[in-house]
Amino acid sequence: MAEEVKKIKVTIDNITIDVPMGTTILQAARLIGGDVVPPAMCYYSKLQGSGGKCRTCLVEVSKGSEADPRPMPKLVASCRTGVMDGMEVKNMTSPRVEDARNGVVEFLLLNHPLDCPICDQAGECHLQDLGYEHGKEGTRYEFKRRTFDKHDLGPYIQLHMTRCILCYRCVYTADQLTDKRVHGVLSRGDHSEIATHIEKSLDNNFIGNVIDVCPVGALTDKTFRFKNRVWFTKPMSAHRECKCCSGKVTLWQRGEEVLRVTARKDQWGEVEEWICNECRFEKKNTADWIIEGPTQVNRHSVISQGHYEQVVKPTETFSAVHGGRKPKLLMDIHSVSEVNDPSVDLSLINGPATGEVFNHPTKTQE
Amino acid sequence: MAKKVLLEKAHIKGIRAYDVYKAQGGYASVEKALKMDPAAIVEEVKKSGLRGRGGAGFPTGMKWSFLAKPEGVPRYLVCNADESEPGTFKDRYLMEFLPHLLIEGLIVSSFALGSNSTYIYIRGEYAWIVNILEQAIEEAKQHGYLGKNILNTGFDCEIYVQRGAGAYICGEETALIESLEGKRGNPRIKPPFPAIKGLWDCPTVVNNVETIAAVVPIINMGGEEYAKIGVGRSTGTKLLSACGNINKPGVYEIDMTISVEEFIFSDEYCGGIPNGKRLKACIPGGSSVPILPANLLLKTAKGETRYMNYESLSDGGFATGSMMGSGGFIVLDEDQCIVRHTMSLARFYRHESCGQCSPCREGTGWMEKILTKIENGKGQSSDIDLLWDIQRKIEGNTICPLGDAAAWPVAAAIRHFRDEFEWHVNNPSLCLTENYGLAHYADELSIVS
Amino acid sequence: MLKFSDDKLKEVKKIIDRYPQGKQKSALIPLLHMAQSEFGGWLSPESMDYVASLLSIDPIEVYEVATFYSMYNLQPVGKHIFEVCQTGPCMLNGSDNIINYIKTKLNIGVGETTEDGLFTLKTVECLGACGYAPMMQLGDHYREHLTKEKVDAIIEECRGK
Repeated sequence: MAEEVKKIKVTIDNITIDVPMGTTILQAARLIGGDVVPPAMCYYSKLQGSGGKCRTCLVEVSKGSEADPRPMPKLVASCRTGVMDGMEVKNMTSPRVEDARNGVVEFLLLNHPLDCPICDQAGECHLQDLGYEHGKEGTRYEFKRRTFDKHDLGPYIQLHMTRCILCYRCVYTADQLTDKRVHGVLSRGDHSEIATHIEKSLDNNFIGNVIDVCPVGALTDKTFRFKNRVWFTKPMSAHRECKCCSGKVTLWQRGEEVLRVTARKDQWGEVEEWICNECRFEKKNTADWIIEGPTQVNRHSVISQGHYEQVVKPTETFSAVHGGRKPKLLMDIHSVSEVNDPSVDLSLINGPATGEVFNHPTKTQE
Repeated sequence: MAKKVLLEKAHIKGIRAYDVYKAQGGYASVEKALKMDPAAIVEEVKKSGLRGRGGAGFPTGMKWSFLAKPEGVPRYLVCNADESEPGTFKDRYLMEFLPHLLIEGLIVSSFALGSNSTYIYIRGEYAWIVNILEQAIEEAKQHGYLGKNILNTGFDCEIYVQRGAGAYICGEETALIESLEGKRGNPRIKPPFPAIKGLWDCPTVVNNVETIAAVVPIINMGGEEYAKIGVGRSTGTKLLSACGNINKPGVYEIDMTISVEEFIFSDEYCGGIPNGKRLKACIPGGSSVPILPANLLLKTAKGETRYMNYESLSDGGFATGSMMGSGGFIVLDEDQCIVRHTMSLARFYRHESCGQCSPCREGTGWMEKILTKIENGKGQSSDIDLLWDIQRKIEGNTICPLGDAAAWPVAAAIRHFRDEFEWHVNNPSLCLTENYGLAHYADELSIVS
Repeated sequence: MLKFSDDKLKEVKKIIDRYPQGKQKSALIPLLHMAQSEFGGWLSPESMDYVASLLSIDPIEVYEVATFYSMYNLQPVGKHIFEVCQTGPCMLNGSDNIINYIKTKLNIGVGETTEDGLFTLKTVECLGACGYAPMMQLGDHYREHLTKEKVDAIIEECRGK
């Protein structure tokens, strides 16, 4: 008889939920969903031992438990802290957390090259999202950013060490999916790097998954390198018969062309099922795949911009779309530009509109 | 003359050898302890009020009582001899001169905790001490204090010396355990604590060299008697390693009732400041504890005499106090530059950060760069505020205490010596050639001829 | 092909026996020390691979550890390495002057080796000899209370070896 797992109560940002004993604060927050979920750059629920390193998911425990209600003196990493019965946690509602998280984002971006315009990860980069949600404008760092010697990891995987945030996810992936890890974290402190020491290519049949787990553009798909921006490609769910893996993937297409193949990811950006290198790198024809249909993409993602099939004009109010959040930035374009002056009815203009029309809007209305 | 219980016999000729040590009453605590119930030994240590001598000052008896004892799972005692905190060299002294005292303490502690394989993790640079310890272990073994069925009690115990390879972070107990497992010295994320899941996932206690050595007098004289030495919650004696600008640098054993002023100026201890210079500042407990200007060091903010013990040194919190820490007592005279010294410590912490968590990995290097800039006359006033903000964002937000250790010296330097930082900013050409000097830091009362 | 002598291999076995069965990886740090002193004062990829094979672990596990700890040299070094401490307490006692003196005397910078391959100068962080500052590590021993005269004598001593 399976033993009944004891349920305990935890309150995060004033929302209470019952969770099984042994759940972490982060998992509990994910069960609630929405804004109470702390961002996680290194934690990966599918990788044993991951988490605790990036410090973006720090939260305040304002009440330890029903039995011991004392608050925890330090902020804790929600990904590695188990909940206790009656625990109260503050994430969005804690100014301390906001301040610490600002700091962590600044630290993570300190030596980051900000080469997003030429980075293949741009558009699906967790560090971009994190910077947008929790960062501050500008940098206070005035020194030369860190650089590394270039390191070739073989024909499939491109390493850009300068972008790496040392989440260790790729190391855990190689440890847990392959029988012999050949890359790891070398050196220490601020010059720690992902490398192989002696140049070796990563060629295990499941090593391609390190690309999917990388939260930034440090490990990208060489077969997709500079091919396209992700937001111009169209994600399609597809599958094939594969001897090694589930064969369930997302194809990233431009027109009929398959530009990239990745594993399918859940709402937290985590891989649902690991895929093999053959599926990922070698099957770039639509004929290789049975296409199921367009992949649902979160409306807030920039990727949804290039992907029209499933988009229905929202009928909800603005605040409902944003899940009750206030928009970060809402600007009236007319306050800064004279173009498209609302008093001009464009339909009444004969031929192309010129500056003349806008300078004298009354003319066309006559 | 303060009471000595650890270094009492350090100067006896040949004390390093078993025969001399034994003739001086050595290994009596093993004879006594192995007839006791292990739980009773833990109780004695609790009664003694002994606090961890590595820096954190956590009650040792309590730490021991947290050790999980699941059936059929080995338990381990690991001795932390990775002494790396700048200013601290007391464990080295103890191991060099009294290796048998450590071995004796380890046998008693291993018996109390049920550890059959005990490891001494020693910093890699102390290579010659490895030989000293291994020889002491060999001698103890020959005389039946180690090995199988010790003193016919049925208790088996082996002690092994493991050398590190150069990493301050391995002084942090979980990093030490990782290193002992043959891995990078990355601190673990806690919980679980080592008492539940430590070395090879087994329940483990990690204790500093001096803590283990103190177990010997505790067993010999009894916990209650030991607790009578010292004052309040600062029981027993403490080894202090004094260095910097003093006449008599070295390792001293104090009973925690003497004043800071006596410690610095009396001939029995540091012997005052050389060359007739005056005292400017002091870091009383190893580089990571807050630096104090002379006036706050000798007297507390309330104007009371400050004593060399846990409570008095931390009187006033971080605002006007510091910490006992590891006992690394670093004295700065009037010619020393606080900015330069802080820069040197920042470089140390950047160099020693393991690089696992982002605030420490990125923040320590950033602080070092800004301090270097200010020290070289290229700083701006806003840099001082920026430094303050960086240290604030590191402190408390990292996996292990190295983040705090890196943040505190910077915070304390700015807190107490902000005018010296500003002088650097405002006198870019002078700060390379001249010193800011003593300003108002010195305590008028402290001038001892 | 690199290989420890039979005596050293016996020592390797003794070290591995200190740990419970299956935990032989714990011997990695001691074995790297041994490899460094046996194979020319530094850890080449070959010697690290050899250590990996002795412990039946993947080479990357050795590289990760060897690059973490500051005592392992990953590049060839001189016969004698002057590792001069530059942290706070040593600095208070004039370690900078000692470092500069060695630089001029041997005509090398920090991290460099003299042309004759005899000396390498390294700066290191606190070695736990703060009361005996300034100091340096030379081989397995510390040289303390350094002065220019003492440095001269040490250089001569090394040249004589």
